[in-house]
Amino acid sequence: MSEHTVTRAELSEAVYQEVGLSRNESADLVESILKEVTDALARGETVKISSFGSFMVRQKGERIGRNPKTGQEVPIRPRRVLVFRASHVLKSRVNDGIGKAAP
Amino acid sequence: MTKSELILRIGELNPHLYQRDVERIVSTIFEEITTALARGDRVELRGFGAFSVKRREARVGRNPRTGASVSVARKSIPFFKTGKQLRDRLNGK
Repeated sequence: MSEHTVTRAELSEAVYQEVGLSRNESADLVESILKEVTDALARGETVKISSFGSFMVRQKGERIGRNPKTGQEVPIRPRRVLVFRASHVLKSRVNDGIGKAAP
Repeated sequence: MTKSELILRIGELNPHLYQRDVERIVSTIFEEITTALARGDRVELRGFGAFSVKRREARVGRNPRTGASVSVARKSIPFFKTGKQLRDRLNGK
């Protein structure tokens, strides 16, 4: 399968093609959207994007881990992690393979 | 935060844009990511995270209630790995 990596550049290009803004402004909007999502997550909020998925922040407790190389026990501090749950729409689009156009 | 709240927020930050354009911009971004994943591509957004598709081989599963064997077809599932910068932000770094 031809595996390609899509980056910000392609997202901005898509925005540029879709709306009549300059390439620069399109790129700034992509950045600003990612920033707003990041800020909400940093505040501990869940971000729900309908028909795409939700990003949730989970609190993990402290646990004892091990350095796999030395076998030494080290405490892993309590921390917050991000979990992404894909929506049914995204799951089925990914499963159907071929990229379909938006309805 | 929901998608419509995100749209409102981006609209507030960009008062020169029509709300319906902001809606299209936000939708285009998530639609692009979805289409890329449907093609089997990866989407890498440095500092935020990377979306990819993981394959799960066909396997024989069991109906947990009856214990009967059922064959589970091979499938692809979307996956997200948090970027380093975002992970650090969540932990106040």
